[in-house]
Amino acid sequence: MIKRRVWQRFVAHLDPVLLMLLGLLLLVSLVVIYSASDGNWFRVLAQMTNILVACAALWIVANMPLHYLMRAALPAYLLGIVLLIAVAFFGEITNGARRWLNIGVTTIQPSELMRIAVPLMMAWYFEKHEAMLTLKNYFVATLLLLLPVALIARQPDLGTAILIAASGFYVLFLAGISWRVILTFLVLIMASMPFAWSTLHDYQRHRIMMLLDPAQDALGRGYHTIQAIIAVGSGGIFGKGYLNGTQAHLDFLPERTTDFIFAVYSEEFGLLGNVVLLSLYLLVIARGFVITANASTYFTRLMAGSITLTFFTYAFVNMGMVSGILPVVGVPLPLISYGGTSMVTLLLGFGMLMSIHTHKKLVQT
Amino acid sequence: MKRHIEFKDTQREIHNFRLRLALSLGFVLLLLLLLLARFVYLQAIQQSHYQTLAENNRISIVPIAPGRGLILDRNGVVLAHNYSAYTLEITLSKVVDLKTTIDELAKLVDIQPGDRKRFKRLLADNRKFESLPIRNRLTDDEVARFSTQRYRFPGVEIKARLFREYPYHDQISHLVGYIGRINESEIAQLEEDAIAANYRGSDYIGKTGIEQSYESELHGKTGFQQVEVDAGGREVRVLSRTPPVSGNNLVLTIDAKLQGVAEQAFGNYRGALVAIDPRNGEVLAFVSKPGYDPNLFIDGIDEQSWNELNNSPDVPLNNRALRGQYSPGSTIKPFMALAGLHYNKRTPGHTISDPGYFSLPGSRHRYRDWKKDGHGSVDLFKSIVVSCDTYYYGLAIELGIDNIYSFFSEFGFGKKTGIDMEGEVSGLMPSQEWKQKRYKQKWYAGDTVSVGIGQGYNLVTPLQLAYATAVLANDGIAYRPHLLKEVQSSRISDKRTLETNPESDLNLNSEHLALVKSAMVAVTQPGGTAAKAGAGAPYTFAGKTGTAQVIGIKQGEKYIESKIQERHRDHAWFMTFAPSDQPKIALAVLVENGGHGSSTAAPIARKVLDYFLLGKVPRPLLDVDEAEGVEHD
Repeated sequence: MIKRRVWQRFVAHLDPVLLMLLGLLLLVSLVVIYSASDGNWFRVLAQMTNILVACAALWIVANMPLHYLMRAALPAYLLGIVLLIAVAFFGEITNGARRWLNIGVTTIQPSELMRIAVPLMMAWYFEKHEAMLTLKNYFVATLLLLLPVALIARQPDLGTAILIAASGFYVLFLAGISWRVILTFLVLIMASMPFAWSTLHDYQRHRIMMLLDPAQDALGRGYHTIQAIIAVGSGGIFGKGYLNGTQAHLDFLPERTTDFIFAVYSEEFGLLGNVVLLSLYLLVIARGFVITANASTYFTRLMAGSITLTFFTYAFVNMGMVSGILPVVGVPLPLISYGGTSMVTLLLGFGMLMSIHTHKKLVQT
Repeated sequence: MKRHIEFKDTQREIHNFRLRLALSLGFVLLLLLLLLARFVYLQAIQQSHYQTLAENNRISIVPIAPGRGLILDRNGVVLAHNYSAYTLEITLSKVVDLKTTIDELAKLVDIQPGDRKRFKRLLADNRKFESLPIRNRLTDDEVARFSTQRYRFPGVEIKARLFREYPYHDQISHLVGYIGRINESEIAQLEEDAIAANYRGSDYIGKTGIEQSYESELHGKTGFQQVEVDAGGREVRVLSRTPPVSGNNLVLTIDAKLQGVAEQAFGNYRGALVAIDPRNGEVLAFVSKPGYDPNLFIDGIDEQSWNELNNSPDVPLNNRALRGQYSPGSTIKPFMALAGLHYNKRTPGHTISDPGYFSLPGSRHRYRDWKKDGHGSVDLFKSIVVSCDTYYYGLAIELGIDNIYSFFSEFGFGKKTGIDMEGEVSGLMPSQEWKQKRYKQKWYAGDTVSVGIGQGYNLVTPLQLAYATAVLANDGIAYRPHLLKEVQSSRISDKRTLETNPESDLNLNSEHLALVKSAMVAVTQPGGTAAKAGAGAPYTFAGKTGTAQVIGIKQGEKYIESKIQERHRDHAWFMTFAPSDQPKIALAVLVENGGHGSSTAAPIARKVLDYFLLGKVPRPLLDVDEAEGVEHD
């Protein structure tokens, strides 16, 4: 009797539908990482640890009433900005980019914090000015977005900058920014393309060029893209079978457990596997939309919508990059790729979704 | 009121929000469909294309070099063989710091600067993941020393490889030749011949001698292994294997022991000897002195040895038997005699009176006989026995260069014999036409006079003279000289014996032959120019001495051997066949700067005949001293 009550309280703020879908995707992650790491159980155990830590974060956030989250928005955002500025001045350079900050105990990557802090801040800002939203508010919100995006793009970390820009844009869009402004913006972006090109780093330009014609540099930078496409294409309809991917197991694929894990999955499970994966993602997104549509406050609607759409963006950009329709930007496949930070960030997001969904119910009853 | 408006606003707001959410969903679905379309394109429509690319990625064809065929003499004595030895090999792609690795290795095994140079050259020519030798032929000690330390050297391995070896070193070197690393022009040639694929995996190719001439028999067929490789090109596993077929073993016509006796008989002299079985054209001995050690060339000769060989005044790299061109001297006299009989310019009984010189009608120039006072009354038989020059001056004029040319051509003078070794030269049999072409001059009678005693424009190789001797010995039935007796396939006991059909029959008159042959036998008997060499032989053999002038002697000047520098002394010839009634061997010897055929060349021939006919192994030949009674020819 007591046991059951404890259990009920434990799961009260979890969404069973979302939880089941996430569980399936995380199971796929472990299965594919086992293959991608050539049967390395330590890799699998490490990913399990990542998942457990991230699940704890999910449970905590899911049980957190929303006003806590709202209160955290401004400090988290400001902290993030301060850290990003600190990175710009004192950051450690690895691989030609200044992304990490040494805080004595460990090194941190402030841009990761901003993945959640930026939409949180923007949603909070719109909530505050909900009563009378004017063009000025949209302008301020845009500035709130562009400041961290610019700092991150300067590091340079184009992938993260674009994804944060996307998550902020989703907030703006859902907050009802007028179509006219969106169109004007699009035109402005188009017009500034040549200028933007000139500010890009060589390796970033190269990645974009590679997308247009990877064969141009088949043994150089295009190599990864080409090998990934070969892996996907050679998988065929039914795949080569679990643990039988030749591209993966003979080292032709780069970063097999992280950014290019989709190529491993796709080679071994084929088109059918891809359809299953796309379906799982679509179901997660659909559930996210249901939660968003039913969210009770302006803040939670914006937040839930942004989290869901950002999740989709991650999945789309990664699969698009591996299958050769997008340039190679360092974006992991959400919930599948090996890695602790992105796992925690993602499940934190889903924790918020669950919190939004369950706390609303509690308020109503 | 305020509440109402707020409520209304919220309603509209929610409506707007849901509209935008629906649009977002549409956007999401659209992009997911785009991904799906891409997957269908890659995995369903283009699947076979990418399948092929993936297979090409992972499967690599690795050649397996075949073992090279052995070279054996007619009795099965091995002249070239392969042995397995340990090499220390480095795979560059697995090594972090090459220089440090080699420096550390040098502390365990002997690595000379030359080894490093050679390795650098190999690196330049090969791919990074191929294993390349830094040291060949490790000693057992070195293998043991490295084995205990091998954990310190990732990417360095000991491998067993096959090496070519020529056990006779500088003997038989010109005949067997050698193999060496394939160079670029050879690669181009292989590609042109469309056999380059068969050389994938082969490092060596025949460069000279039998190794070169029978490359296609010796090389064998390269096998292939389909292996699965990873992105670094490393072998993961073998998928299929087509074993190589070893090259064929070659059994030569050469008798290695006879060859050894001949080489030994030369002592310190330079020269050449070719012995042929006149009954079938099999070459029994093929000597060119001095030789060189072909083993030096296999992995690229070192600079010092190369300079020694290349700059030596003895020209050890020159295959004199095949490529040395010398005036035939008096060795052509038996053929001249046959020509005189053939064209009815001389009868056996016809005699001339030899005053010691010959002059052309209306000229005061004297063509001197080697014997200052002449040989007196000379008939055809005696002309050969005493090697009378005057007899042949006159005969040559009577025959005329055209007849001489056509008769001698029948015996192969001025033509390649067609022996199965590359690089043969054709010698020179002059004609009117040739002189016009070469010197833009007409042929003079004086030219014919010189040709008549083999001191004119005519040049022969030792091989050519041996061949002509064999044809003479075999009564005009000519067999093409050849070195290959049999091809043994390594797979089964499949033997191919070479055809030895007569190439031609010169249709010589048997009486003429008998006369000339009997005169040649008399040469080796008391009163003949080679009487000393023939002394005490328990068999009869026919022979003819010859001298090829190296420098011209002025009119009225006497050739005094002891006063002339060694390198300017005449070359000595001797041609012979034995036994004279049923010849089993015909040979020609040339001794460079040997002086006279009778004193240096004939004794060498005698030793060879003694061994061949009697099995007599000679004691090391003593240097022939000019002081001990010189017999002119």
